[in-house]
Amino acid sequence: MPSVCIYFQVHQPRRLKRYSFFNIGHDHFYEDKEKNRQILNKIAEKCYLPTNRILLDLLKEYGGTFRIAFSLTGVLLDQLEENRPDVLDSFKRLADTGCVEFLNETYYHSLAFLFSPREFREQIALHKKRIQDLFGQTPVTFRNTELIYNNDLAKAVEKMGYKTILTEGADKILGWRSPNFVYQPAGCTKIKLLLKNYRLSDDVAFRFSDARWSEHPLMADKFAHWIHNINAAGEVINLFMDYETFGEHQWQETGIFEFLKLFPREITRHPDFIFQTPSEVAKRYDPVAQLDIPDFISWADVERDLTAWLGNAMQKDAIRSLYGMEKIVRRFKNDKLLDTWRLLQTSDHFYYMCTKWFSDGDVHKYFNPFESPYDAYISYMNVLDDFSGYFKTVKKRPGV
Amino acid sequence: MRILMFGWEFPPHMSGGLGTACFGITKALAAMGHEITFVLPRIKGEKEHSHVELLSASDVPVPLSYVNAPAYLPAMDTKEDPFQYLFHKLRMRMVNSPLRPYLTESQYAELISGTKISPLSKPDSEGRGLLSIPGDYGPDLIAEVIRYGAVAGVIAGNERFDVIHAHDWMTIFAGIHARKVGNIPLVLHVHALEFDRSGEHINQDVYDIERRGMEAADHIIAVSHYTKRVIVERYGINPQKITAVHNAVYRNEARQAYHVSKKKSAKIVLFLGRITFQKGPDYFVEAAAKVLKALPDVKFVMAGAGDMMPRMIERVAELGLGRHFHFTGFLRGTDIEKIFTMSDLYVMPSVSEPFGISPLEAMMCDVPVIISRQSGVAEILQGAMKVDFWDVNEIANKIIAILKYPVLAAEIVARSREDLRNIHWENAASQIVKTYQRILHKPD
Repeated sequence: MPSVCIYFQVHQPRRLKRYSFFNIGHDHFYEDKEKNRQILNKIAEKCYLPTNRILLDLLKEYGGTFRIAFSLTGVLLDQLEENRPDVLDSFKRLADTGCVEFLNETYYHSLAFLFSPREFREQIALHKKRIQDLFGQTPVTFRNTELIYNNDLAKAVEKMGYKTILTEGADKILGWRSPNFVYQPAGCTKIKLLLKNYRLSDDVAFRFSDARWSEHPLMADKFAHWIHNINAAGEVINLFMDYETFGEHQWQETGIFEFLKLFPREITRHPDFIFQTPSEVAKRYDPVAQLDIPDFISWADVERDLTAWLGNAMQKDAIRSLYGMEKIVRRFKNDKLLDTWRLLQTSDHFYYMCTKWFSDGDVHKYFNPFESPYDAYISYMNVLDDFSGYFKTVKKRPGV
Repeated sequence: MRILMFGWEFPPHMSGGLGTACFGITKALAAMGHEITFVLPRIKGEKEHSHVELLSASDVPVPLSYVNAPAYLPAMDTKEDPFQYLFHKLRMRMVNSPLRPYLTESQYAELISGTKISPLSKPDSEGRGLLSIPGDYGPDLIAEVIRYGAVAGVIAGNERFDVIHAHDWMTIFAGIHARKVGNIPLVLHVHALEFDRSGEHINQDVYDIERRGMEAADHIIAVSHYTKRVIVERYGINPQKITAVHNAVYRNEARQAYHVSKKKSAKIVLFLGRITFQKGPDYFVEAAAKVLKALPDVKFVMAGAGDMMPRMIERVAELGLGRHFHFTGFLRGTDIEKIFTMSDLYVMPSVSEPFGISPLEAMMCDVPVIISRQSGVAEILQGAMKVDFWDVNEIANKIIAILKYPVLAAEIVARSREDLRNIHWENAASQIVKTYQRILHKPD
């Protein structure tokens, strides 16, 4: 009886504004609040609210047999709380059904694991607390930013008590193996590893509305049929995707909402198939093998590595400069400073500096609020320049 | 294919951007096996061996009767013919300064001294004479252009060609005339327009010549989509008649010889080009003033000459930047390469740049470039930094960033190398040949 395991990533960065050299020393406000509010409102209307409504109906209708998981980043939750409490409420209604698992990740959608173990742990703790407060459940499944993963990460996360961890079912780590089983990370004894079935996931997330795709248009029955075909050859089909797929990346006109509405019925038409959340899947199946993944992988681009965030010298320079400030920032024991420093850790800032799209990936361009990777880097470095000057002045103030 | 080309510049005979482009195009076409006869206004000194047959219009005898009467255009004999009218109207008109796109300092001096050029040589026994076509954008330019057109008719009548390819407005009369005489199609290659040279204050005569030429040509090649858009919007030409073919740049293997160590205290930011309205030198100066407030050790070099140079020198003095500013005057050949290699950053803040080859030359010397978004070359460069020429704050911000963050400069250079890998005259030439073939096989 194979499980279908759906997890949606919900994240919107707090984008920085175009911060010129001439802002340095005068302007200590780095976030583009207005743009972020606009984007959030747009996505709330196009994706979050309508999709949450559909899911709530489905979860109620199926009375426990339809189950899903979400990972909502801390930076998104903060923005919802400030600007769209209605959307936050609609997520809480989903939580109330008892059929939704909330995953744990770094609060600021950061790459902290690569640069600061302490920061990594603290951000996870912050996020965990937030999920508990908002949704009344304690997360037991961990997903790292952009599904970045390797053996060391799995070991660290196991030590923190998590039962399940997710990553990309990249060809280069799987080889002949199938992503449709539960694995155990190399060097671990308890934690279980779920792998994204990227072909099926991307059929929905990327190809759904692509008229040049031979399977276009994709209907729920056809897609369910492909999943049913896996029956004997797998135990779990992991469909991991950005939540914004629904209504934002794939517009309403493409029929994505109708697809979603019909999907549970089409899957459960086959008596062998059930829906389960990641932690339920991990509980149900024993690992079929250990997977040894010494090098970092992720779910980004064709390379499935770190090059989307750390591929060029600008990105490395920016992130090293940022984490180089950790010690001094912590010394101030000032929450506002720490929050600003953490805001600058969000992986999107480095993604905007990626120059890979010069040759491929239009995806980068689509998501980039800056005109070019150079502009992203310039703004970011100017911000860091101001920030380091600013926290020097904070020290001198009495009572800080 | 046998191509009859009309151009006003060809290295080493006067080499601005137009000459550089003509050289690149013909060299790539010749390598593909095409035969090119390239007609220049005048060839000074010995004719060198070249990949094209260079023909000096000043050395082709023309029946004088042909020249003196407007009837020297045999196929355009109707009174209503707009060209005839234009010719009549234009004949000996003096040209005012924005018309001379590549004016050098010496030419400027010549112009001021008021040298007059005699239009005709003495006739030979058959009543034929040589026309004076110095080809250096002198004050007699429009008259020269008309005389050059007359020679074109003689050349087109003497030999058989498959296609005529005319570069810019100076050769439009020649192109049209040769088209009539030889009864072969004309391709007009637009490297720059009157709007690029003069902004909104255009010379109406030149605009009219350009427009008539575009209407008469069988097809138009524009050096960029930017220029194509201007042709459609300002000249009312059907976009289907226009193909954008981007310029390229030749790799010069001798460059290593000029390598200059960049280990020096002061960073150098370079402006290189004619110091004219079109090139936006004033934006460069204003941005420099802002940069110097942040980074007081930077040097700014303004290389080139032009009518705005005195004003720029005054402005630099006014801002008190003299210590940081160097005006080199007009540079050529190896001096250009030398200045590129010495520079840490090249800025092209052009107000209107149909293409702009010099950023490519800077990139070949591994110099990071900031280019105006109002340029054709911006369409093919992804690695370059782009700015709006009027946004002085942003130009300054980007100059500061590139000088301050070496990682950024290195990244731009690396991406620029990638860009250069895809920029070849061979690509341009094969697009040009496709254009020829399309109009040759087009049923009338």
